[in-house]
Amino acid sequence: MDAHYTKQHSSAAEKQAVDSVLGAPDSGWKGGTRSPERDGHSAVNGHARGSERHLLLPVLHAIQARLGWISPGALNYACQRLDVPPAEAYGVASFYGLFSVTPRPPCVLHVCDDIACMTRGGEELCGKLESQLGPPGSASLAGKVTWLRSPCLGLCERAPAALMSRAGEKPAEKVVAPASSGSLVSTLQSFAVATIKEPPDHFEASVSAPQLTHGDNSNLMLLRRIGRIDPASLDDYRAHGGYDALRRALDRGGSWVVREVSASRLVGRGGAAFPTGKKWDPSNKPRYLVCNADESEPGTFKDRVVMEADPFSVVEAMTIAGTALGCERAYLYVRGEYPLAGERLSHAITAARERGYLGNNILGRGVDFDIEIRHGAGAYICGEETALFNSIEGLRGEPRNKPPFPTQAGLFGKPTVINNVETLINLLLIVQEGGERYAALGTKGSTGPKLFCLSGHIRQPGVYEVPFGTTLRELIGLGGGVSGSGRLKAILLGGAAGSFLSPDELDTPLTFEGTRAVGASLGSGVVMLFDDTVDLRKILFRIAAFFRDESCGQCVPCRLGTVRQEESLQRLHHGGPIESVDVELSMLKEVGQVMRDASICGLGQTASSAVESALRRWQLF
Amino acid sequence: MDGEKEKVPAQVRTVNPLVPVPRGPIPTVPPESTRRTVRVTIDGREISVPEGTTLLEATRKAGKDTPTLCYLESLTPVNVCRICVVELEGSRALVPACSRKAEDGMVIRTDSERVRLSRRLILEFLASSVDVSTSPQIRSYLERYDAQPQRFGVPQSASEGRDAAHAGVHVVTDGSRAAAVAQPTKVDNELYVRDYGKCILCYKCVEACGVDAQNTFAIAVAGRGFDARISTEFAVPLPDSACVYCGNCIGVCPTGALMFVSEHNMRKAGTWDESRQSSTDTICPYCGVGCTLTLRVQDEKIVRVESPIENGVTHGNLCVKGRFGWQFVQIQDKNHNGSDAG
Ligand SMILES: Cc1cc2nc3c(=O)[nH]c(=O)nc-3n(C[C@H](O)[C@H](O)[C@H](O)COP(=O)(O)O)c2cc1C
Ligand code: SF4
Ligand code: SF4
Ligand code: SF4
Ligand code: FES
Ligand code: FES
Repeated sequence: MDAHYTKQHSSAAEKQAVDSVLGAPDSGWKGGTRSPERDGHSAVNGHARGSERHLLLPVLHAIQARLGWISPGALNYACQRLDVPPAEAYGVASFYGLFSVTPRPPCVLHVCDDIACMTRGGEELCGKLESQLGPPGSASLAGKVTWLRSPCLGLCERAPAALMSRAGEKPAEKVVAPASSGSLVSTLQSFAVATIKEPPDHFEASVSAPQLTHGDNSNLMLLRRIGRIDPASLDDYRAHGGYDALRRALDRGGSWVVREVSASRLVGRGGAAFPTGKKWDPSNKPRYLVCNADESEPGTFKDRVVMEADPFSVVEAMTIAGTALGCERAYLYVRGEYPLAGERLSHAITAARERGYLGNNILGRGVDFDIEIRHGAGAYICGEETALFNSIEGLRGEPRNKPPFPTQAGLFGKPTVINNVETLINLLLIVQEGGERYAALGTKGSTGPKLFCLSGHIRQPGVYEVPFGTTLRELIGLGGGVSGSGRLKAILLGGAAGSFLSPDELDTPLTFEGTRAVGASLGSGVVMLFDDTVDLRKILFRIAAFFRDESCGQCVPCRLGTVRQEESLQRLHHGGPIESVDVELSMLKEVGQVMRDASICGLGQTASSAVESALRRWQLF
Repeated sequence: MDGEKEKVPAQVRTVNPLVPVPRGPIPTVPPESTRRTVRVTIDGREISVPEGTTLLEATRKAGKDTPTLCYLESLTPVNVCRICVVELEGSRALVPACSRKAEDGMVIRTDSERVRLSRRLILEFLASSVDVSTSPQIRSYLERYDAQPQRFGVPQSASEGRDAAHAGVHVVTDGSRAAAVAQPTKVDNELYVRDYGKCILCYKCVEACGVDAQNTFAIAVAGRGFDARISTEFAVPLPDSACVYCGNCIGVCPTGALMFVSEHNMRKAGTWDESRQSSTDTICPYCGVGCTLTLRVQDEKIVRVESPIENGVTHGNLCVKGRFGWQFVQIQDKNHNGSDAG
């Protein structure tokens, strides 16, 4: 390819931002100063050229953090350095919600207006901000600040939630949750001009995992270290049983680990409920391990809590998986809106590497394994496994058609094992207890402990750990019961891609098979409660808007089906159905079926699930 | 500075490229004779096809006319339009015939209720949001599947803002107008226009401009969701982009979104008349490659140049000279009384 770059020259700041990731350019071919002796008679071609495309996403992050937007000059320089065509790089940059390809104030406030926050004043908060700061997207506070509405920020236990980011020489991020309009604006004002870097958030176990402050919590396994250890201390982690499992796994060997995982009948916790043992087939010779920490399903925050409070457990679990499967390399793809989790995981990886738990010759056992972090940039779809691979590779986060499956051709086209954070940390238990004993917990079809994310109208929202088989009623009891009016109207199970249940289904056991029996699914473990004052139609509108916003746009059924679904619901609400309510409802059904039948990926296939489940249970229109 | 040691900014997340990650070798298809055959049942009839055959080829072999929009023999399947979906027994969702390979024992239905519903809705989705007036292919499919795009309401009128749409943001409406991609035509050069109000986002032009043919990468898909669009970097006009005007994107566009200026102007003036047109194959005079050109002629004037996709030399692709360098043929030279004034 004869590269063609845009005409824009790049400023010093633009170059600095790119160089902060890539280092200084080594030749005139790569945007450096031309030196005839060095560059005159050589050019880098072939494999080496273009092999750095996977650094595009980190480079875009650096540009956004330094300049507050992806400017033409910076993109141009990044393209020269990485040998990526500018049109493609623009296609990637404009794919992500956290990047802006138009100039924007350096300080951006993202305010969640998604469904859990709606039950706790999110909409009122947005209304007040609008009167104080102007409409979303407009510049305010002397052009330093703008605010935007955001889909679920994964902070639902502290709703309503907000996240601010500041670009510049000292970029920073800050979580404010729960947020009130008064304190939010004053925090924003000081944050916009601050020059020191504070931690982006504070984790409080009693708030995010309230079960830990209950009387008897000795039976907790996945949450056992949450709030009890210093998440920045490897020694503390080890003093609480950390890295015992890795030693045991290395002692017993990879094939033993794989056998135990199979025996445990562990099922993936990321939403698709796929048996991990089947995925972990060593005969596929997986080259890469990927940990899916992109958690963006509205109502889901369990992985965040684990990553923030017990980051070494994720690193250890990945090391066990990677070494057992013979992968040399793993990627940890963390949601972009999770600044604290990102920092703590980075720190944990560095600390583990320094102490010989990662890198070459792990614990002197002659095995090599390392983990690289990648940060998402505001795209729910990048949690879909193949979209995630594309995102890491520096492409648009568009899902791939399956087959081939990741185990056959995944990241960089190589066999890849991808698992959710929660799935992986279960390995620590499986290795310690053995697969058989692990499988004794829970039910026959759903083994082990499970994390649930309780939010909405519940007295004590947060992450709860219970054995599979606990009923919905029992779980709500653990969370202190229904708040708000105290009269339960609806439960959303599994998130926006899940289904609504009505209060007469509270005895449904929380298992894969039990929820399937009532036509629902556990999804990512969301249990969101709505009291009888909530207008469920508004919840459906928000869900429909979410899918329209988050569709990657690749395939027709989803790109347009999500639009038509939202329009149809709006018409029903505004009393202007086409022909009649019945015609409109049957059209909605057809739209739903086509999305389910013909979409490429799970996003389109489940985009009508919550809407349809609600319309089946209540006469809303 | 404040004396504090300059640290890596928080958002510049540490990247530690441990090893450059090479891409795998491009898989090759073994020659036909050495391929195993697989048996598939299509609408009740069992046929055998060589391993590696797509379901599309298989259905065609079984005499079924499976519709396609984003598929083209010369391009890598992107399977995004989903019009070709068929029902595969045992599969929860329908599968795209154009990219799914036939496997032994597959049972396929190409015309079931579900298949027809999906195809009809996909056509309705497209025709309610895109101007399909210059796509005979889509219009014939609309008829074949009895699609009623108008049932989603009156489409929105043209909007200027599509190039500036921000990912994940949209204005919620009351649903009284059907969202549409209508927008002003981009006329920014003398050779071809881009009328993205007619674009169904089939990715063909991007593929033709990229690795599947031209390797110029002037255009790509930008934005997300309903706002996804074909764009140059920062939506700069074509003359500022990498475009070399090979017109290969025009050659593959199924909707007329990409169109010769000559055709665009004639359509605007109301003089475009396919009944008065004829096609003539010739060889491009410019260089030794010898590409086949198909000249579309109306009233003794060349109005469009294509190359046959099945041509072994071009696979439908040309360069700027073959595609656009024919104006000289039509210069009316008063001093030259040549007999072939064509
Ligand atoms: C639209 C969409 C979003 C997804 N988001 C996530 C996510 O944020 N985290 C996750 O672990 N899995 C997510 N998944 C599921 C993944 O595709 C994949 O199944 C999962 O990471 C596999 O891990 P597991 O087997 O351990 O569950 C998503 C799937 C879809 C279709
Ligand atoms: S279903 Fe939606 S999100 Fe998935 S590939 Fe299609 S357009 Fe993209
Ligand atoms: S004319 Fe050629 S170079 Fe220009 S956009 Fe089309 S395919 Fe690409
Ligand atoms: S411009 Fe034409 S070829 Fe390109 S995506 Fe649109 S419809 Fe397809
Ligand atoms: S943080 Fe607002 S809905 Fe989850
Ligand atoms: S032709 Fe198969 S998906 Fe478009």
